[in-house]
Amino acid sequence: MSYNVNEKGYYGEFGGAYIPEMLYPNVEELRQQYLKITAEPDFIKEFEQLLKDYVGRPSPLYFAKRLSEKYGTKVYLKREDLNHTGAHKINNTIGQILVAQKLGKKRIIAETGAGQHGVATATVCALMGLECIVYMGEIDIERQAPNVARMKMLGASVRPALSGSRTLKDATNEAIRDWINNPVDTHYIIGSAIGPHPYPDMVTRFQSIISEEIKWQLQEKEGRENPDYVVACIGGGSNAAGTFYHFLDQEQVGIIAVEAAGKGVNSGHSAATSKLGKVGIIHGCKTLLMQTPDGQITEPYSISAGLDYPGVGPMHAHLAQTGRAEFYSVTDDDAMESGLELCKLEGIIPAIESSHALAVLKERKFKPTDVVVISLSGRGDKDLNTYIDYFKL
Amino acid sequence: MNRINQKLQEDKKILSIYFSAGYPNLNDTVQIIQDLEKNDVDMIEIGLPFSDPLADGPTIQASSTQALHNGMTTQILFDQLKDIRKSVNIPLIIMGYFNPMLQYGVENFCKKCAEIGIDGLIIPDLPVDVYADQYKATFEKYGLINVFLITPQTSEERIRFIDSVSNGFIYMVSSASVTGSQTGFGNTQEVYFKRISNMNLKNPQVIGFGINNAETFNQATQFAKGAIIGSAFITHLTENGTGKIGEFVKAIQ
Repeated sequence: MSYNVNEKGYYGEFGGAYIPEMLYPNVEELRQQYLKITAEPDFIKEFEQLLKDYVGRPSPLYFAKRLSEKYGTKVYLKREDLNHTGAHKINNTIGQILVAQKLGKKRIIAETGAGQHGVATATVCALMGLECIVYMGEIDIERQAPNVARMKMLGASVRPALSGSRTLKDATNEAIRDWINNPVDTHYIIGSAIGPHPYPDMVTRFQSIISEEIKWQLQEKEGRENPDYVVACIGGGSNAAGTFYHFLDQEQVGIIAVEAAGKGVNSGHSAATSKLGKVGIIHGCKTLLMQTPDGQITEPYSISAGLDYPGVGPMHAHLAQTGRAEFYSVTDDDAMESGLELCKLEGIIPAIESSHALAVLKERKFKPTDVVVISLSGRGDKDLNTYIDYFKL
Repeated sequence: MNRINQKLQEDKKILSIYFSAGYPNLNDTVQIIQDLEKNDVDMIEIGLPFSDPLADGPTIQASSTQALHNGMTTQILFDQLKDIRKSVNIPLIIMGYFNPMLQYGVENFCKKCAEIGIDGLIIPDLPVDVYADQYKATFEKYGLINVFLITPQTSEERIRFIDSVSNGFIYMVSSASVTGSQTGFGNTQEVYFKRISNMNLKNPQVIGFGINNAETFNQATQFAKGAIIGSAFITHLTENGTGKIGEFVKAIQ
């Protein structure tokens, strides 16, 4: 079985491009060009150079000694939090801004939830001197104020999404509407492994640097390329897609995706799509999606803005349906405790999104000899206010 | 013959009106349809509300949200429309996003439309390629016309393909925009309207997006068989309720 996208843009039954005709020329241009552009030697050279000199890659693969002792297994952390701008998101925005330049686009739009993708997009736009407009839910603008300020400092204009739940889903709607209204000069940098084909595959390929590095770094440290498990948190699923990519066809590597249960899977305040979702269409792709029996998309909830999304990328829907990946749902409380635990045991303040992935150590038993690589997708600076409120610091 | 095809054969310019079902009030649907027919509108697009209407601007978004808030569902809309053919003969099209149809079951949805006497569907996020591959046979089995959109950016080759798959009319989006965002047509639109008109497509074209008064209606129908008004009518309903539909229509015609 293949876990990668087929030539029509599907992962099993998931994916495709369910878009209004107004978006067709842009999406089709991208579909025809993305593999060609990203295979050109000068593209590869520039992409790799920027990842090294600007982002600071390779990101370390860090053996977390005290965390390992506590849970009786060998835990490695893939330190995406040490990237420039503080998360994995920049891997993709570097790639897409280079694609946008090759396509001759002058104006960049993006959606953002936690603000990490917005900051990463604003950053590469500043780097390349392109106009940048970031759509962000009004609620997220309130709870991620430092990232809003960062985007503004980087020269981006941040536009609030005022419809629906005023979070990531609605920011994505607004970005899509902007693209409909500006069909010629604009490129839409989607930040997650979602959207119409070729976005899920393109984003996954740019993020796949994460698993590519894990392989040679683990070879150096453990004398083998494959860990026993790779673990990542999943909202739309970009860091998870990049963390899993080079292990998808290595059946001996266990794949663990951790989604946000919010206040509990059945509490009515959750973003646990693998448990609560049904097949449907959101933001241009067929995937698992939280919705009413009538097909209206429901409002998700998570303490973490980056996981507060009612769907998952189509690749992940396929991994869930085929059983290739184990899916865990972690509550706000468990994630927050795991985040604090990492601070105390390892001196690392993680993003709340990444704290969900860490919580799997409590949820699931690993053997002492297991090598477990957890993607530490982002740093917790942006979440300081949430941590302060939650722990009454 | 399907009522849409019949209407398009008449020697006149077609005025089609869109409204969101369940707006302003849940049970206004039937009354609005009857009033539109009584006031000589030629065709009606009944909007099936969706939580995330990607191709719509603020006016239709807000009416859609309100309709859902009022309790509108696919099943309630079908229940409201079950006797509609006892009172009106006007062509009726349901316009909505694909996910609610997918959840109802595409075959069930089409069957129900046929039972009620719905003549066609417009589903902006169901691409023509997917339709041709997976759903065309079902739509045809139930005698439903599916209407596709084209825009100023749609290539000639793709327009020809859309024309070949269509069997009613082609919905020409007037400019690159979501619904309700245009004020007046300029030279760019005229060039585009003429270009399409000169392609001699087998399906007539009806222009939508940005038609909001007699002037834009007349401009559009100079080059096309008809025009569709949506957001402007919703705004009229918001401001006047359902009492003055005749005044709105007369101001256009």
